[in-house]
Amino acid sequence: MEDFTPLSAMLGGALIGLSVTILLLFNGRMAGISGIMNGLFNSPRDEVIWRFTFLCGLIIGAFIFQLISPDFFVPRQGFPLWLVAIGGFLVGIGTRLGNGCTSGHGICGIANMSKRSIFSTLTFMTAGMLTVYLIKHLL
Amino acid sequence: MKKILIALLSGIIFGLGLSLSQMTNPNKVINFLDITGQWDPSLAFVMMGALLVTFISFRVVLKRPDPVLEESFHLSKRTDIDKPLLVGAAIFGIGWGISGYCPGPAVANLGAGSIEALVMVLSIYSGFFFQKWLSHKSQ
Repeated sequence: MEDFTPLSAMLGGALIGLSVTILLLFNGRMAGISGIMNGLFNSPRDEVIWRFTFLCGLIIGAFIFQLISPDFFVPRQGFPLWLVAIGGFLVGIGTRLGNGCTSGHGICGIANMSKRSIFSTLTFMTAGMLTVYLIKHLL
Repeated sequence: MKKILIALLSGIIFGLGLSLSQMTNPNKVINFLDITGQWDPSLAFVMMGALLVTFISFRVVLKRPDPVLEESFHLSKRTDIDKPLLVGAAIFGIGWGISGYCPGPAVANLGAGSIEALVMVLSIYSGFFFQKWLSHKSQ
């Protein structure tokens, strides 16, 4: 084990929980990021604006954090961008086909006791672990 | 207008949470998925922290007949475990394992000025459009 940070992880997770609760309580929406990203280009105008501001907020939040503690972690260096691109393309296809990602299924869906979300989360976690095993230990 | 401010606030808190928990750190994500290697279980605590909040808050919020600023809650009522759900989740998990990013951290990291995040977001969108094109083609 290295760099085990359960406390900051838990607190960060609690903030995410607070964020999705606010969006549900006031706007009646599940904060699934892949769905919000997709809806940016496939929704009526008034539906686009809140999605756009949410995503801006996401960027602003990370920007503020970076300002407050720029040395919190070292950004990844030298990782091949074509691998990022392939990964991103698969994330895009998979989250559309499976209707959600870590936030929509993993947090909102599970909290709502959705059977679909539980199955989705178990599947993408397993697939992610197998992929890393393959890349890191077999290739 | 209020709904837009709520979306902004929710997004900012989400971005802070992702940053604090280090979901935005692809090295940490990959170490979390690397259960047979230098396993770093920290990110399990992100989900735990988020679910501790949402398991309680969603129960309370969804007792209301409707959200504060919207006419009704937008919730998925689907319960079927179908092939697209599982295949999609698997494809998403593979992309997540390759890149170290799921959609939220990809967007948030734009705020940290990461070139990887830009590549990731653009390729996620290309995956969205590819999947949409595929599903139109098969209809």
